[in-house]
Amino acid sequence: MQMAVVATATGPMVSCIGTSNPWRCLSEDEARTLEALVDRIIPADQDPGALWAGAANFIDRQLTGPYRKLQKTYRLGLTGTHETSVAMFGKRFTALTPEQRDEVLRALEKDQAPGETWKQTSAKQFFDLVVSHTMQGFYGDPRHGGNRERVSWKMLRLPYPPVRGRQAYDLTKTS
Amino acid sequence: MALARVNAVIVGAGAGGGIVAQQLAEAGLTVVLLERGKWYTAFDCRKDDLHNQRTSVLGCAFGPDDERYRRVVVDPDGKQRVVVPSDGAYSNNAACVGGGTFSYGAMAWRYLEKDFRLRSTYGAVAGSTLDDWPISYQDLEPYYTQAEWELGVSGDDTPNIFKGPRSRPLPMPPLPPSREHLILKAAAERLKLHPFDIPMLRNTVPYNGRPSCMRCRWCVGFVCECGAKTGTHNTVIPLALATGNCTLRTECEVKEVLTNEQGRVTGVAYFNERGRLEEQLADLVVVAASATESPRLLLNSKSRLFPNGLGNRHDWVGRNLQGHAYAGAYGLMETDTYDDLGPGASIAICDYSHGNPGLVGGAMLCNEFIRLPIHAAMLRPPGVPVWGAAHKAFMRNHFNRWMAVQGPVQEMPVFEARLQVDPRVVDAWGIPVARLSGARHPQDLEVANYISGKAAAWLKEAGATSTWPKLPGKGLSGGQHQAGTCRMGNDPKTSVVDRYCRVHDVANLFVVDCSVHVSNGGFNPVLTLMAIAYMASEHMVQAWKGTGMRG
Repeated sequence: MQMAVVATATGPMVSCIGTSNPWRCLSEDEARTLEALVDRIIPADQDPGALWAGAANFIDRQLTGPYRKLQKTYRLGLTGTHETSVAMFGKRFTALTPEQRDEVLRALEKDQAPGETWKQTSAKQFFDLVVSHTMQGFYGDPRHGGNRERVSWKMLRLPYPPVRGRQAYDLTKTS
Repeated sequence: MALARVNAVIVGAGAGGGIVAQQLAEAGLTVVLLERGKWYTAFDCRKDDLHNQRTSVLGCAFGPDDERYRRVVVDPDGKQRVVVPSDGAYSNNAACVGGGTFSYGAMAWRYLEKDFRLRSTYGAVAGSTLDDWPISYQDLEPYYTQAEWELGVSGDDTPNIFKGPRSRPLPMPPLPPSREHLILKAAAERLKLHPFDIPMLRNTVPYNGRPSCMRCRWCVGFVCECGAKTGTHNTVIPLALATGNCTLRTECEVKEVLTNEQGRVTGVAYFNERGRLEEQLADLVVVAASATESPRLLLNSKSRLFPNGLGNRHDWVGRNLQGHAYAGAYGLMETDTYDDLGPGASIAICDYSHGNPGLVGGAMLCNEFIRLPIHAAMLRPPGVPVWGAAHKAFMRNHFNRWMAVQGPVQEMPVFEARLQVDPRVVDAWGIPVARLSGARHPQDLEVANYISGKAAAWLKEAGATSTWPKLPGKGLSGGQHQAGTCRMGNDPKTSVVDRYCRVHDVANLFVVDCSVHVSNGGFNPVLTLMAIAYMASEHMVQAWKGTGMRG
């Protein structure tokens, strides 16, 4: 009975959740490319990086919310990244070594990336967008889908929850 | 449908509108206070670093929203685009009860004596409409004091030898210093500067029935969780409502100010919270909607007698849009200096506010308000990569040993830095939106360079091993410190309102927000606006004769 209610309530969304794709906006291929990108923008070292922190999940989630208007930019940009990767190394981006991925990123950053898609959209602008969104997904609040287990805050030795003072603050003694 | 007539209708429940509402209501006038935003409370403090008034990448927490509001921005090269409030180019100020004072940093500056007479101090500046104010520091001093005591200001500016004379000290002491404060204070003293504790609209001891600051770091851009930060939403607006004479209506979007055939205003037309068009008739109208929304409303209020909009007979409404050209420096220290103790900014100097060789004006310099990881991640010193392992390592190694000193450079008003109403684009209610165009005066950038150098010198003396500048862009100013668009003056041909904020050719229409500022000081402008609001209110009450205004 409960199942039936859920199915009815989500009727119009069946086409989205009917597949095995766990992503909200991106296709699985797009999401894997994006994960590989954020992994190089903030790589893991002694502290986890943007991949583990869920920066790609953050971006995917915002693309169905405040960043709705950037959906097309992301689709084009991720297609372009794939093309550049194939043009430079003959493989898709996710199959490259970390060093090769960095070379692709540098090509995007310099706006000198090969690929048909970059004739209709700017590689540099896409790169800047992904960098700033990765920073948001790594350093921003976990409630938006990134910064898993507030990993970046731990790295920066910041207290959490971020309400310094509350513990030591006794409302009964004032006012 | 017309609602019951009242004595005064006030558009905007921010810093100016809140004070006027209280003063008129306490004097016995019936008041309707209209606010386009909501009345938020401390429970709306989500401490969300991506969704607040300062960092609005995921939206503005306290309005306006990206769905219903927009503006047109014309770049200096003539290219125009439609922007939403979460975009910096929109020049947003909050839309909520309390306005900017709900989530601001709460610095409570008095402008300096010279700030009111820049033209007589420095002479004319080419390409600028720079002028003296029609009022002096001395005229405003009693009202500064009134604002400081009625609302509640903490701090200690005794060591500031550049300040104008005070009739009364501040009612509350400063907060105990943070680690950064102590380092910067000692460095400034070694440089023979005059550091002091910034006056703040923030309780440091219980005051006005509200508690003292709990020193969290999430201050500017957020609502105060314990009510220690002072805005009009937790002071004058509740007092206005307590008189029984004031009605506050939220989520009301004002369309136009109504006029009659005698050239007086008769009230306002607005869309209520359900989107229905209402008319609120009133004996006097106070527009206090911000330096961008007030001129927009005046320009949208066209009639046979006012074909170019209210107060705009000489084409001055919307002109001289100013904000502040923020300039300063960042410095990397050798050891950890960050102690995560709020509210952040605490120490300032006014040594470079005036008297800078060859330059007009200057800026106060102070330490930075808030530095959350997301802010630091987006600010990188030259040479540090913007991504990759090196960037991450830089964040890890330097986040706690980073200082910033900056200040608001007093801008030269520019006639062509302006707000108009767009001929095509409308908001969700069908009202023509603001169209912003123009650029900063080149002198602002020169001063900014100079100030940035002084900030770097202060940081170096404090032990910074390297510094790099923070400089403003050339584009149009505005932002939360927006001002200047309905200038106050004695000559109706070169200003919009008189010294009491009354529109020159409309006896019962007032503008009470930073629009009236002739120049915007080298300081955060809110306390000056609050003082002006007290002064204008006093004048309104004196000129009130039971059913209308004299004059």
